[in-house]
Amino acid sequence: MAEEKKLFKVKIDNITVEVEPGTTILNAARNIGGEVVPPAMCYYSKLQGSGGKCRTCLVKVTKGSEADPRPMPKLVASCRTTVMDGMEVANITSPEVLEARKGVVEFLLINHPLDCPVCDQAGECDLQDLSYEHGVSGTRYEFKRRTFEKEDIGENIKLHMTRCILCYRCVFTADQLTEKRQHGILKRGDASEISTYMRASLDHTNFIGNVIDVCPVGALTDRTARFKNRVWFLKPVDAHRECSDPKCCGKTVLWMRGDEIFRVTARKDKYGEVEGFICDTCRFEKKEVKDWIVEGPRKISRHSVITAGHYVGVHKPQETVAKVMDGRQPKLLMDIHSVSEVNMPQVDLSQIDGPAHSTDFPKNKGVQ
Amino acid sequence: MGRKLLLDKAHIEGIRYYDVYRKNGGYAAAEKALKSMSPDQVTEEVKKSGMRGRGGAGFPTGLKWSFLAKPEGVPRYLVCNADESEPGTFKDRYLMEFLPHLLIEGLLISSFALGANTTYIYIRGEYAWIPDILEEAIAEAHKNGWLGKNIQGSGFDLNIYVQRGAGAYICGEETALIESLEGKRGTPRIKPPFPAVKGLYQCPTVVNNVETLAAIVPIINIGGDEYAKIGIGKSAGTKLISACGNLNKPGVYEIEMNISVEEFIYSDEYCGGIPNGKRLKACIPGGSSVPIVPANLLLTTAKGEKRMMTYESLNDGGFATGTMMGSGGFIVLDEDQCVVRHTLSLARFYHHESCGQCSPCREGTGWMEKVLKNIEHGKGKMSDIDLLWDIQRKIEGNTICPLGDAAAWPVAAAIRHFRDEFEWHVLHPDEAQRRNFGLAHYADPLPVAAAV
Repeated sequence: MAEEKKLFKVKIDNITVEVEPGTTILNAARNIGGEVVPPAMCYYSKLQGSGGKCRTCLVKVTKGSEADPRPMPKLVASCRTTVMDGMEVANITSPEVLEARKGVVEFLLINHPLDCPVCDQAGECDLQDLSYEHGVSGTRYEFKRRTFEKEDIGENIKLHMTRCILCYRCVFTADQLTEKRQHGILKRGDASEISTYMRASLDHTNFIGNVIDVCPVGALTDRTARFKNRVWFLKPVDAHRECSDPKCCGKTVLWMRGDEIFRVTARKDKYGEVEGFICDTCRFEKKEVKDWIVEGPRKISRHSVITAGHYVGVHKPQETVAKVMDGRQPKLLMDIHSVSEVNMPQVDLSQIDGPAHSTDFPKNKGVQ
Repeated sequence: MGRKLLLDKAHIEGIRYYDVYRKNGGYAAAEKALKSMSPDQVTEEVKKSGMRGRGGAGFPTGLKWSFLAKPEGVPRYLVCNADESEPGTFKDRYLMEFLPHLLIEGLLISSFALGANTTYIYIRGEYAWIPDILEEAIAEAHKNGWLGKNIQGSGFDLNIYVQRGAGAYICGEETALIESLEGKRGTPRIKPPFPAVKGLYQCPTVVNNVETLAAIVPIINIGGDEYAKIGIGKSAGTKLISACGNLNKPGVYEIEMNISVEEFIYSDEYCGGIPNGKRLKACIPGGSSVPIVPANLLLTTAKGEKRMMTYESLNDGGFATGTMMGSGGFIVLDEDQCVVRHTLSLARFYHHESCGQCSPCREGTGWMEKVLKNIEHGKGKMSDIDLLWDIQRKIEGNTICPLGDAAAWPVAAAIRHFRDEFEWHVLHPDEAQRRNFGLAHYADPLPVAAAV
């Protein structure tokens, strides 16, 4: 008979959960789920050694263990602190934790541009969610923020360092997924920046695209998809293909509008972490529906605007005008799409550096 | 006259060299340890001595050694932390420069006790000339059979290597030091695991300060019990204090930990008082990272007793009235000094030295410096003082390593004890702007007419 594994009993915000020894407080909280799960900006369960840096997951250990019930003197990073039997943790029930978290959000935002309206990550940005839940509406920071030039680090990846919160996730990803890491942290303190040595390219390996998926903010974006569409306008569908790369899980989410695939990403769980890493070929090159076996609509369970308005179980309202007119369609006096000078198919949006403006459409020049 | 255990031979000419050091009783402790004691007995002596680590944290050394994991087939390392970068602290430099063999002897005994056959001295990059002195001494020790294989026939092998740091304050933090020694960026590791379990190259490692390791020699020479009799209570033995600032006789002093702060500042045996008969305003008694204390609280404790140069007495009453022994960097300010300016100077240092790994320290230290700079230059608002207070509170205790605390405490203590000075800067912007001495290069360009 197999020996029964001893489980540790942990109480988080007065909810008891039993977990295996070696589990971190964060993962124990994830076992409970819901609001007691501390946020995490740098921890990534799929990456070894990640976590502990952003300090958003700080919690208060009010009782160390059954054997040593003393509380821990300082707040601890829940993603790197393992549980002990009988441990008691306060997360959202501790004003001290909430205050510290508010402080961390403020620190993270003082150098962040808050350009959500034009950021490609808007809608699926961890920092946006974190700020919404723990931040305050105003800032006390009155100094010039640090800014960086945007950098094309390779054919498919854009680095916008100004938005980076230095979570190191992309560095860990490149370290652990690719054969040779070409980028890392340069300089130190608040002058630190993610960059490549001598502005090298990150195209040397077939897995580097995963740095885009692990980036919690809009610092690393997909050059083949950025600014093509807002994420909440796209319909995510689960799809897979037989990928020839054995390391690629081949299971992806296609972000579509109509039959057009705007971008391909790995599938993420409710904590925003990928379920399996995908190769660059699947991510950047397979943008035709025929390349994929579509499984069906993806259920997005994250608390994000992506969930707004679509996906599973959506009931579309009946067409009111058609109904009152006994099934007849209204006679349009003008079809805006046919007369608009803005919707010009010959203008390739992906060729425009940055968001498109009316000045990018030649016929409109001078009309402004 | 206080008893001297570390610097008792420092005055001897040529003590830097092996022959002179040996002739004056050098390596006697190593001989005693290697030939008549077991490693456990050496550790026991250190425990009995009650010596606390001299790097700043003050953790009992013998206890730290006993935490070292001893798995079979895995090497153990001893690392000497010579990355002395704290403003105001320069005692280790003195030991390494003038008594390198004392350190090597201490390293030999400690390595023997810990079962470490490889030991590293990780030295601050800016101490550019000292590695040469150490390497010369190491070569002499090798030549005379105190290093290398089968030392003095004891069967114990030891090699000591000197590694120069690249000049980062954070590399004085033990895990950042280990990372740097491994050839990586010097960023602190998250503990646990502690170095005693997984340190250098994932092997059990002890990291000790230069002074701590040098003090092992007198402990073995006179015995742990005898050493414990020096000092008061849990502050056993002698301590090197690097005194600087407005003092008649700044320098490195070895004190028995049983003298008062007042005696240390004013007696002729030590600092000889404050120049030009000026009054004492404040003091940072343990290196720049510990809280500043105003004169009235520096000389007496919360209970109204005389404050002593001991770990307990300096820490008496917590942050409200006390401070810390820290690394022993004793910085004295006379009545003419501006606390706001000094605090800005410290904030600038910690901002510059933050490794940037964790958010509160990376962003908060820079923010504090900017706000302080505004206040110091007469551009601050009254609400900036409260803002500063709030920023330091959100950094303290929330960072990976103690650098965040080191950056926050001086600011907190300065506001707590000298809030009126901060307010003066806000209320008298013109006068504050005219005080453009010393840090002119650092100030924003001022109109020529406004500069004095």
